[in-house]
Amino acid sequence: MILGEDYGEGSSIIQERSHAFAMKSQMWLLDPRPSHGALVDAVQKGFELSEASRTPVMLTMRVRTCHAHGHFIAQDNVRPSFTLKDAIENPRRGVERMALAPATFAHEHEKVHERWPAATRFIREQGLNEVFESPDTVGCGVGLMVQGGLYNTLIRALELMGLADIWGSARLPIYVMNVVYPVVDEEVVDFCLKYPAVLMLEEGQPEFIEQTLQTVVARADLETRIHGKDMLPRAGEYTTLVMMKGIRKFLQRYAPALLEMAPVDSGVAAMLAPKVIPLIPSMPGVALQEAPGVLPRPPSFCTGCPERPLFTAIKLVEREIGKHYVSADIGCHQFAALAPFDFGATSMGYGLGAAGAAALNVEGAGRRTISVMGDGGFWHNGLTSGVGNAVFNKSDNLIVVVDNGYSAATGGQDILSSRAKNDKRTTKMSIEGAVRGTGVNWIRTVSNTYNLKKMKAAVREALTTSDRGPKVLIAQSECMLNKQRRVKPLMRKQIAQGERVVTERFGIDSDTCTGDHSCIRLSGCPSLSIRPNPDPLRKDPIAVVQSSCVGCGLCGEVSHAAVLCPSFYRTELVSNPSRGERLWARITSVITTLLQRRLAAREFVHVA
Amino acid sequence: MLREVPIKPIKIAILAMGGEGGGVLADWIVDAAEVQGCYALSTSVPGVAQRTGATIYYVEVLPMAREAGRTPVFSLMPTPGDVDVVIASELMESARAVQRGLVTPDKTTLITSSHRVYAMPEKMAMGDGRVPSEQLLEAGRKAARHCVVRDFSRLAESSGSVISAVLFGALAAAEVLPWGRQAFESAIERGGVGVSASLKAFAAGFDAYRDDESPSPPLTKLTRDLEDPRLRELLQRVRNDFPADIADVVAHGVRRTADYQDLAYAAEYLNRLAPVVALDKQLGVEGWRLARETARYLALWMTFEDTARVAELKLRASRFQRVGREVQVSQQQLMHINEYFHPRLQEIADMLPQGLGRWLMASGTPRALLERVTQQGRVVRTTSLTGFLMLYVVAGCRGFRRKSLRYVRENEAMQAWMSRVTRIARVDYALACEVVECQRLIKGYGDTHARGLSNYETIMSLVEGRTRTTADQVRELRDAALADESGQKLARVLETLVSRHAEEACA
Repeated sequence: MILGEDYGEGSSIIQERSHAFAMKSQMWLLDPRPSHGALVDAVQKGFELSEASRTPVMLTMRVRTCHAHGHFIAQDNVRPSFTLKDAIENPRRGVERMALAPATFAHEHEKVHERWPAATRFIREQGLNEVFESPDTVGCGVGLMVQGGLYNTLIRALELMGLADIWGSARLPIYVMNVVYPVVDEEVVDFCLKYPAVLMLEEGQPEFIEQTLQTVVARADLETRIHGKDMLPRAGEYTTLVMMKGIRKFLQRYAPALLEMAPVDSGVAAMLAPKVIPLIPSMPGVALQEAPGVLPRPPSFCTGCPERPLFTAIKLVEREIGKHYVSADIGCHQFAALAPFDFGATSMGYGLGAAGAAALNVEGAGRRTISVMGDGGFWHNGLTSGVGNAVFNKSDNLIVVVDNGYSAATGGQDILSSRAKNDKRTTKMSIEGAVRGTGVNWIRTVSNTYNLKKMKAAVREALTTSDRGPKVLIAQSECMLNKQRRVKPLMRKQIAQGERVVTERFGIDSDTCTGDHSCIRLSGCPSLSIRPNPDPLRKDPIAVVQSSCVGCGLCGEVSHAAVLCPSFYRTELVSNPSRGERLWARITSVITTLLQRRLAAREFVHVA
Repeated sequence: MLREVPIKPIKIAILAMGGEGGGVLADWIVDAAEVQGCYALSTSVPGVAQRTGATIYYVEVLPMAREAGRTPVFSLMPTPGDVDVVIASELMESARAVQRGLVTPDKTTLITSSHRVYAMPEKMAMGDGRVPSEQLLEAGRKAARHCVVRDFSRLAESSGSVISAVLFGALAAAEVLPWGRQAFESAIERGGVGVSASLKAFAAGFDAYRDDESPSPPLTKLTRDLEDPRLRELLQRVRNDFPADIADVVAHGVRRTADYQDLAYAAEYLNRLAPVVALDKQLGVEGWRLARETARYLALWMTFEDTARVAELKLRASRFQRVGREVQVSQQQLMHINEYFHPRLQEIADMLPQGLGRWLMASGTPRALLERVTQQGRVVRTTSLTGFLMLYVVAGCRGFRRKSLRYVRENEAMQAWMSRVTRIARVDYALACEVVECQRLIKGYGDTHARGLSNYETIMSLVEGRTRTTADQVRELRDAALADESGQKLARVLETLVSRHAEEACA
């Protein structure tokens, strides 16, 4: 099993469960050094370890590692000796392997007495964990232990302290645990025998490995001192600076001479000072230097995103009937939790928007809750955990299913209800049909989310109708990111072939925009921005539509629905227009030019 | 091993936003390094960065020939204080790099674009929420060893490419990587996507880095001369009768009011302004703040955007040309412009002569009828004959504008504001200035306009109240009114103020 977890920045799933899960359920957890060769080896050895110990193996990959460029030498593919086809055609059965009493009780013993020792034997024999030492390090009296995934950061920390070079040779011995569970007691004892003071660099909490080390050392009756979370922070990512601080503390106590090997660069030294300015409460210590005015820039909906109008509609409806509780789902629509929409109080898990609000189902409540789920989440489990349960429990609330045609947040993979034709999968299944099948009576599908009027009407009706029971609103328009990838090259081709093609985009008249930015507060589109006011008398910046606009139409709809301002216009650029079209345009232009001349006579240029 | 002079990687952090090609830039660097025979690594934390979030791409290059069987241990994250080059695709991103400790005076070359991509809070503000560029720039200049600031975004646009290619050129020019220009350019060629445009952009970035700091583009200054012979007489009057310090603002007011209505209206603007200027002179406060701001806001108030004005602005030939430039319409293409209007009953009544307008608003059936037809917004195509003619007729209402219901209403409010300002100025100059600036609250259309006007009126009624309001308090109220749409902030500030007034009254 490959895990997509990490402690650090950019990780949407913090590594907070898998280690505990591995320990309690006796599954092995690999955390290899982040070099491509080591990772590839770990995959191969992981399979072998699994076979050798008849146990599933988990391998954790950290975010930065997943995006790293590097090299490894590939081996030839090997056909499995036992294929899925074999499994189907020649089923083998062993009821003692099933989770069924009394076999489960036997498993408990088997795990401990057979599989575990088999695993540690394999790990030792194959050298999955590594000890980096040299004659230089043997007499130094101190040693480091580290989770494999942190190895590169540790080497950089040591390098900056003058204790290692770029090739990884260090002044301190390092025991690299590419397998973080199970801990191999014998290896630990061997290492601790040589180095009577050891610092364990273990990210995350609780300090599972450190606690195990203490037990191992105590049972072996060694005098080795194990340090870890007493010298390193309990929470957060172990960055280079964090490690440097911890190692310095450790060396100060056991080998101060090593601290004087080389002075730390002045730039880095300055950053080691304990100055920590929390930027936002959830990200402590991010700001290391003063830079006034820096604002957070979280991700948001793409230009032309079809989910934006849904939230604009909710915002406009809330102006009429008040604030509602919004339970969010994981996916792009979660960005609605941020400005300018500020919707969503909770998000429990993928497809769990409605399940997250399931408890808020009280007879006689004056308001309904709104929960949102994506189409991916809907098929993942939202249909049962959200919709099915709402029917069963006679919920009176609104469930919105955002149907953009893909599992959009993860890169546009097809799902059951995708509109695309897919030879290998079944697509084009109806969400509305599935919802109806569970027994929902109130279903509205808005097949063009950009039609704000319809969107608004549907939301308003769902929140105010006297019909009882769950209301499901399906908001349907294709993910714009995927659509643009599909449509743009096609359009270019058509234009080149001389076909008539119309491209649309929006614009804002600088002389009628007064700089209130209501439009931005109701949309938040990246292509809708501001620029300095060209009018020398006005001070507030005006709104501007940037060339990245895809002409989705929401701007115009917003200015209509919210009665904003007459500054918005939509341009249509006709490539390869027909002859009749051209002629009519010429006739029109003759008349309008004439009238424009009359207007120009009264015009006084007043804007630079 | 440690006895040799340790070789260290060159560390490059790229701060960009999703969709700006930061990843491509990192790939080019790695590719160039590997073709030169060096070791290189790149990584990033993209996550959902393609949806405009801030992202750091990180590259390490070991400037030596690869040796068989030897692999360096690169770091997967930049260490604060240990970065050689920081490339920022936008100004706030450069300041973000500073904030994260990536820019230090002992080693960092900071290459940043001077343009701004505004963050959501800056864009959402009801007034001006922009963080001053100078402030962001200052952070970079102070922190870096060497700071190179150019408008790389403009260069990208003019070379028909994206900013990553321009920044790659600047990096080549910075000479921190030990190989020549050709090696960089061939990385772009190997990339094989939009090669010629990218190379052009690369060259632009390369040259820009080498050139002296380009002068920042001139701000929209009031000094630009827009002399129109028809205005000669009025502008002469501005030069003769008004202090030189505010002549620019007044001249702009003249042009604007003339454009809005006619020369007589512009003369009226000067007539109205003159007493305030005289008063300012008489009070002898330095800086002409009262006169200048009155000149500005009086002109804006006198040229409030009514339906006729909007229609006329939409139809102008100069506007058609501007839109054409914006969408880059070519000779072979046709362009249509579709306007989004939502005229409501109120706006229609406003446009009518005062008596007729009032009658309509008070009427039964006609009002109801019109209300029903104006429920929905309309899209008018100004490039079509019917659309153009329709707006042309509306624009024609300019002829009787000064008799219209809206004009009468605005004029009354403006007169009241002017007399309030002159009255207060004699007692409390600063307060008068703040009252002048409250005109800024009245802007926009429809509900926005109504909300601004009601905020304005609330503040004015407080100013007119029995207890004295100070200039600071009015400024605070004005800022509060611009803080949020719901009026919560304003209500809070008002509440504290009113209770303080009450306490003072008791005392």
